[in-house]
Amino acid sequence: MTGAAQMAGNIPSADLIVIGGGIHGCATAMYAALRGLSVILLEKETVARHASGVNAGGVRRLGRHYEEVAISQRAMELWYGLQDFVGADCGFNIAPQIRVIETEDELENARQRVKDLNEMGFDHEVILEQNELREYLPAVSDHVLAGLACIEDGFAQPFHTTFAIAQKAKAEGVRIYEQCRATGLKQADGVWSVETSQGAFKAPKVLVAGGAWGNELSSSVGEPVPLEDCAPMMIVTSRLPHFCDAVVSALGRPLSFKQMPNGTVVIGGGRRGRADRNTNLSEILFDELHLTAETAADIFPIMREASIVRTWSGVESILPDGIPVIGPSAKHEGLYYSFGYSTHGFQLGPGCGEVMAELIATGETKYSLDAFAVNRFAA
Amino acid sequence: MSVKTVDLLVIGAGPAGIAAATEAANAGLSVTVMDEQPRPGGQIYRSVETTSAKMDKILGKDFLEGRPLVESFRASSAELMPETLVWNIGSDLTIDYSTAGVAHRMQARKVVAATGALERPMPIPGWTLPGVTTAGALQILMKTSSIVKEDCVLMGAGPLIWLVAVQMIDAGVPPKAIVENLPKGRTFAALPHLPKALRASEYLFKGLGLIRRVKQAGVPIHSNASALAIEGEGAVKAVTFKTGGKSHRIEATSVALHQGVVPNQQITRLVRADHRWDDSQKCFLPVLDNTCQTSAPGVYVAGDGASINGAKCAVLQGTEVALHIAAALGKSVDTGRIQRLKAAIARETSVRPMLETLYAPAQEILEPADGTIVCRCEEVTAGAIRSTVDLGAPGPNQVKSMLRSGMGPCQGRTCGLAVAQIIAARKGETPDVTGYYRIRPPLKPIPLQELASYDPAQEEEPAEDGVAAE
Repeated sequence: MTGAAQMAGNIPSADLIVIGGGIHGCATAMYAALRGLSVILLEKETVARHASGVNAGGVRRLGRHYEEVAISQRAMELWYGLQDFVGADCGFNIAPQIRVIETEDELENARQRVKDLNEMGFDHEVILEQNELREYLPAVSDHVLAGLACIEDGFAQPFHTTFAIAQKAKAEGVRIYEQCRATGLKQADGVWSVETSQGAFKAPKVLVAGGAWGNELSSSVGEPVPLEDCAPMMIVTSRLPHFCDAVVSALGRPLSFKQMPNGTVVIGGGRRGRADRNTNLSEILFDELHLTAETAADIFPIMREASIVRTWSGVESILPDGIPVIGPSAKHEGLYYSFGYSTHGFQLGPGCGEVMAELIATGETKYSLDAFAVNRFAA
Repeated sequence: MSVKTVDLLVIGAGPAGIAAATEAANAGLSVTVMDEQPRPGGQIYRSVETTSAKMDKILGKDFLEGRPLVESFRASSAELMPETLVWNIGSDLTIDYSTAGVAHRMQARKVVAATGALERPMPIPGWTLPGVTTAGALQILMKTSSIVKEDCVLMGAGPLIWLVAVQMIDAGVPPKAIVENLPKGRTFAALPHLPKALRASEYLFKGLGLIRRVKQAGVPIHSNASALAIEGEGAVKAVTFKTGGKSHRIEATSVALHQGVVPNQQITRLVRADHRWDDSQKCFLPVLDNTCQTSAPGVYVAGDGASINGAKCAVLQGTEVALHIAAALGKSVDTGRIQRLKAAIARETSVRPMLETLYAPAQEILEPADGTIVCRCEEVTAGAIRSTVDLGAPGPNQVKSMLRSGMGPCQGRTCGLAVAQIIAARKGETPDVTGYYRIRPPLKPIPLQELASYDPAQEEEPAEDGVAAE
């Protein structure tokens, strides 16, 4: 399985090599295998080691960039059936996602957004007026005016989900190599050779789904993107009596907030720590994180009674326009990208996996990927 | 402008911490010591400044050795911040801590983690029942409140069991029984280490003396016990075990467990220092260079947190680490003294290989039965951990993600070692390969409101021409 086998002349090969064992790599590998492709997946550490395993777990269509809405909708359909499909408990729950609105300006923007989406043909986001909002969020602070909501979004356990997708991919024949770091890409006679810490692998098609590390490989073949490391920070509290069924964020300030079925509350949303993808390390900066605690207590006064049990962070990355790179290489035949999800890739996982598998297997997809082109930043 | 800066922050006011602080302060460094307890002394010398004459007699000569140590610490220029919790250490050695419900920040140039030892987790059936405590906790109760537990069975193994038993006897409340779970043949196995141990023979004579006192007092002693379990619903009712193929049951309302002590690694893990598995001590130890510094720059370790060697050695190591730090911060230091300290430490530790062989935890403690709870906070059993490994989870952090073991308020302080060993055994690898939980701040829970009101920017001291606000 390792370099030894390859020295004997058996270079592992497949129709498709997926680089990256996060939710996007695993989901694409799974759907590609289901389409009949032979697939090898290379992961530099272990499956779901970074953002896919440790994110806040929001399964959210609410508030997405307009370019992402169509794929996000498709992803949601897949999420509803995902646990049955992969045959494992992913901790998935359907729950409203609600952005609380604290000012009249924010409310006006929210109404405009709902109108825009309706014109695009989508009706999943709605305004919850004062009273209706309090039916969903009885504990919300009195000053909150309204909410922008997506009633049938949800949340899941990120590690369980990504791990289960990887297991399903394996069951469908995907060969997963962990602790196998891809270090270079070379193409000759229509076949890609992927150099790794475990020797070479070959396939006519390669997908780079390397998350915060994706840019290293795209740069090596002349397609760099301005991807920057970041470290979203999360807080977990002690168990509180049940007071909130929805996943809550705020329109005007960084917050994501949800009470888990076991009573603990996970608070995150935008405040950034220190990240370094070269060392795999991220560090909590309490200079920033205290603002997250403050926001949570402002919007849910009950949180003043909570204790913080733990915080965590992880290495993520973000592109200047806040949306990922999805689609074919602009320069090389047989090379594809799906990375740089800029702190909101978890929900898109099954959707982008299906779209990329379709694109790789058939050469086309009905979803427009123009906005996600790898060369959009090139001068 | 910057937050308050000290040359040296010592975390923990036990023997290692106060020795380090005293020495460093005397060498001319600015030193702050933070400890969660109201008074210096650590666990071993807990409340040594305030215990009554009667309690002094019960706790004995070794305990009172802490008194002059605390006195010289008090006489030094080192500042003690009692009832203070250090809950985060940044890679730049910024310290986030809380005192009296308010969070603050400090900047340290060097840090000594002197957070000592924890009792090894002893997962046996029923160990999470109310009424089950540890031998260490029993002793703390005696030191802080002069309370001695009645109707109590001591279960497990280790020198502390015998010491606590003698202290209980002297207090007039002897333990109901001692159930020692060492497998047969341990004395024989430990014999090859005897010659070396004789270099510090006072420990051996002291230990034998304690065992003799317990026997003389008529406390029932059950040796070579196995299949330990605690019975009861909602509270302890009895302990059960086997010796020589025979089953025993002793009714009791309280049980104190003990299986030796292991380094408290929460701080060295938080700063992501390298650790190695020590197969003799059956625990992880931080990797230290010859100046007692970890792989995290500026973070040093002294005392039982570095390796389990006891209080006397902790004092020597605390002194040594202070000299290294003073040298690193530009003070002139007598290197001959460092050599003499190292020699004294070598003598003190010569008894350890024998003790470690004698008291190595029994296999049933290292590999609890499937039905036994291992993570108390989240009630995760050994069996659940093993099935998750079988499913493909490669290590403690993935098991944590799947099962929530180590995600509770103690962050794995109690179960971490047991979880790592169960995974290692299941995968047939050494715990060095398996690794350990990633430890996240805060090290212990803090109120959300406290963090919400925390603003490190306001911790800044005014510049020299600044005017303090009224």
